[in-house]
Amino acid sequence: MRKSFLAAAAVGLSLTLAACGGSSSESTSATSEPMASESSSAPMATGTLTIWVDESRTETFKSIGETFMAETGVSLDVVEKPSADLKNDFIRDAPTGQGPDLIVTANDATGDLVANGLAAPLELGDKSDAFSEAAVRAVSLEGQVYGLPYAIENIGLVRNNAMVQDTPETFAELVEQGRAAEGAEFPIVIQQGGDAGDPYHLYPLQTSFGADVFATDANGDYTSELAMGGPEGEAFAEWLKQMADEDVLSTSIDADKAKQAFLDGTAPYIVTGPWYVADFLAADMDISVLPIPSAGGEPAAPFIGVQAVFMSSQSENQLLAQQFIDFMGTKETQDALYEAQGRTPALTESAEAIDDPIVAGFGEAGANGQSIPTIPEMATVWTYWGGAEVSILNGTAEPVEAWQTMIANIESNF
Amino acid sequence: MSTEPTTQPPRLEQTTQPPRLSHARDISRPGFYVKLVLMMLVNAFGVYGIMASYGLEEWGVLAFLVVALIVADYVYFSKRALAGKYLYPGLLFLVVFQIYVMVTTAVVSFTNYGDGHNDDKEAAVTQIQRTSDRRVDGTPTYPVTVLDRGGDVAFAIVDDGTPLVGDADEPLTEVPDATVTDGRVTEVPGADVLDFAQIQERQDEVLSLRVDVTDNPDDGWLRTDNASTAYIAKSLLVYDEAADTFTDPEGKVYLADPDQGLFVAEDGSSLLPGWRVTVGFENYTVMFTDSRLAGPFASILTWTFAFSILSVLTTFALGLFLAVVFNDARVKGRRIYRALFILPYAFPGFLAALVWRGLLNEDFGYINEVLLGGASIPWLADGNLAKLSVLGVNLWLGFPYMFLVATGALQAIPDELTEAAVMDGAGPVRRFWRITLPLLLVAVAPLLIASFAFNFNNFSLIYMLTGGGPNYPGAPLPIGETDILISMIYAVAFESGIRRYGLASAMSIIIFVVVGLVSWLGFRQTRKLEEVM
Repeated sequence: MRKSFLAAAAVGLSLTLAACGGSSSESTSATSEPMASESSSAPMATGTLTIWVDESRTETFKSIGETFMAETGVSLDVVEKPSADLKNDFIRDAPTGQGPDLIVTANDATGDLVANGLAAPLELGDKSDAFSEAAVRAVSLEGQVYGLPYAIENIGLVRNNAMVQDTPETFAELVEQGRAAEGAEFPIVIQQGGDAGDPYHLYPLQTSFGADVFATDANGDYTSELAMGGPEGEAFAEWLKQMADEDVLSTSIDADKAKQAFLDGTAPYIVTGPWYVADFLAADMDISVLPIPSAGGEPAAPFIGVQAVFMSSQSENQLLAQQFIDFMGTKETQDALYEAQGRTPALTESAEAIDDPIVAGFGEAGANGQSIPTIPEMATVWTYWGGAEVSILNGTAEPVEAWQTMIANIESNF
Repeated sequence: MSTEPTTQPPRLEQTTQPPRLSHARDISRPGFYVKLVLMMLVNAFGVYGIMASYGLEEWGVLAFLVVALIVADYVYFSKRALAGKYLYPGLLFLVVFQIYVMVTTAVVSFTNYGDGHNDDKEAAVTQIQRTSDRRVDGTPTYPVTVLDRGGDVAFAIVDDGTPLVGDADEPLTEVPDATVTDGRVTEVPGADVLDFAQIQERQDEVLSLRVDVTDNPDDGWLRTDNASTAYIAKSLLVYDEAADTFTDPEGKVYLADPDQGLFVAEDGSSLLPGWRVTVGFENYTVMFTDSRLAGPFASILTWTFAFSILSVLTTFALGLFLAVVFNDARVKGRRIYRALFILPYAFPGFLAALVWRGLLNEDFGYINEVLLGGASIPWLADGNLAKLSVLGVNLWLGFPYMFLVATGALQAIPDELTEAAVMDGAGPVRRFWRITLPLLLVAVAPLLIASFAFNFNNFSLIYMLTGGGPNYPGAPLPIGETDILISMIYAVAFESGIRRYGLASAMSIIIFVVVGLVSWLGFRQTRKLEEVM
């Protein structure tokens, strides 16, 4: 009997929710008409948009939501999801009608969302030129735009100026210098996360061997042809092994430990992105952001990630969601997001107005960066890529062999 | 007791009277009112749920609630369904939490549900149509006015100072008597201008409206995303509903393939997204035929059995040993020790696993750093050591339960049996193996089987402690040495980058069959044990 209670309560609850949803659209007509008569120029609406964000963005989007409410009369319900689950949960829930209207995530989710038919295509129209070209490309697939970019980010080399001052040109020299630095336990810290590895943070060093992840076509769009195999990739694999043997890289240094080592002054260098810089500055550290030195001879190219808002193709509030997308593209919003998060705005006009050595440093570090591939094949790549790097770093596999197996495994999934 | 009626004839008179009413039937007793109130609540919630599911058009839920409610009322108000009164709540739980879940899993296991096949065909077609709609390069955007013309939504724009109106059936045509203010149409005779609230109510109509620019469909159509500006778009793909095909401008035809749930062209290329279709036993056969899955599947199956059997044996051995030791009256402070032994059991398992993960970290863990004086033993990074660590942590987590169970069972063994064995000259070892253990097993064997079934699916320990790692270098799935079947399913369904819910469901069904079979065989064996008595 208790079960039918539960079932009834569950259904009842969803009815209540549905009723709330329904009544908000009813109250739309009731409340917006007097408003419309007051000022016929600004269309006022009521209703609620649900947006999923990860833990690092909740506060920011709550305050953005207040501004949006004041401007349009639509309230923004900000739901926090753990960053690791956000995309998976969205892909699982959206087709059942339980998903949000909008999600905020990094652009590498684009391919996955499109493959599952869950990202609504956006028409940036005349505004698309106002955004950095790389940012728009990063949220597009086959010429169609799927997300509204709001911030660009990439990793760079962050230096503790109290420990070392001038940075050499090559990674090998940097390691030597880092070892000699006073109080240094680690010459440099590059975070690696346990079993999954962290190819993202190693990618600049990998590209310095010329092993780009995917080949690009004439337009600069990624094709699904893997480019990181061959002698370049194998050279990088050998180098990884060497770095592990020299204790420069270790899978037991995860994000927290890397950050802590840098904060404690036991590592003069860290390879990281803008997300930790606020903590370094809060600890009164004197830091500089520099391009990552080359390990393999060619310039190190980090991935350029783009933070973007995606609209669910299953949303029942597409009109309001579109309004929020438009709102996200305004200079005021992009400025506010920069203030809150410190990431370079995707809107060129906002980005140009910033005068900050840290932001400039990351800009320089990402000058020859590559946008994170958005093609659906990328989702498969991450897993094997990280796994192979971990097995090389831990010494459980021979570097070249591990790298070749990884390429074969990835290709078998395409 | 059974002879009562015959030995006490006067009682016979009473049987002619109506039988004694139960508490719940006798109006003069409070039990009746308690039942009445409870059943009123049940009915109130049930009817509410029925109305709610009607409102949400959830017909399955509605049918279930109607049946469940009618049966509930019958069972609790009828005199006949006495057994049902006790069984019904449990049966409902069984249906909702077990049978429904199993049937759903089984159904999914016959589909290709997963990445790229996430929804039904209708959604896929809609999405393909939407994403293939592209703005025509070089065309301007227009401030658009949304109209209601005779019940249909229409768009009004101003092109070169000329007001134009069109709807789904009629291409844009000039409406000279429309009022234009600041480049936007504000009034059209014979049509109502919709304000934003009205547009919002009819947003599906507005957003899906495509107004042809001219009579020639190749010129594209006018559409809007935000009801304030419109642009001219054309589709890269044309959908032919009758033939179930999409055709692109170069004439390449994508035909719907109901076996794959995809629109596929002759050259093998396909459109995104696909949709969910039934694929029969493919998910079951692929586990054994696909070499990328079959290899790891076999080794993981072996490790799963080894892990669950060894877990049961080690925890039971330690638990029993401690129980025997602390069952001896000569041990001082037994109560304190017993309380201390229960502690690991009182910890939430997943939390303990996380703590152990930290303790076992190769470079920073307490065990290597402090206990072993800075050793660098790869507890979790080496395959065999990781397996040992998993078993060790599970021993730590699991022995208190066995200790509790064994203590209870030991105390239930009559002392006379032991005394009789002593009289016959049996030593302590012999007494343990011949008297204590067989009697103990009668009581705890079913619990050992339950413990086996639990460990067979002990996802949280594996996931929290090792995450299945260390991964097999170069394995085609992100699975590792300590992965058991259930965590392998998780890797397949969520971690591999390509979600494959269908395959994961099929694997779940296999696990269910294996666990069911082992438990069934085990329980049959325990019946033999009972014959010892």
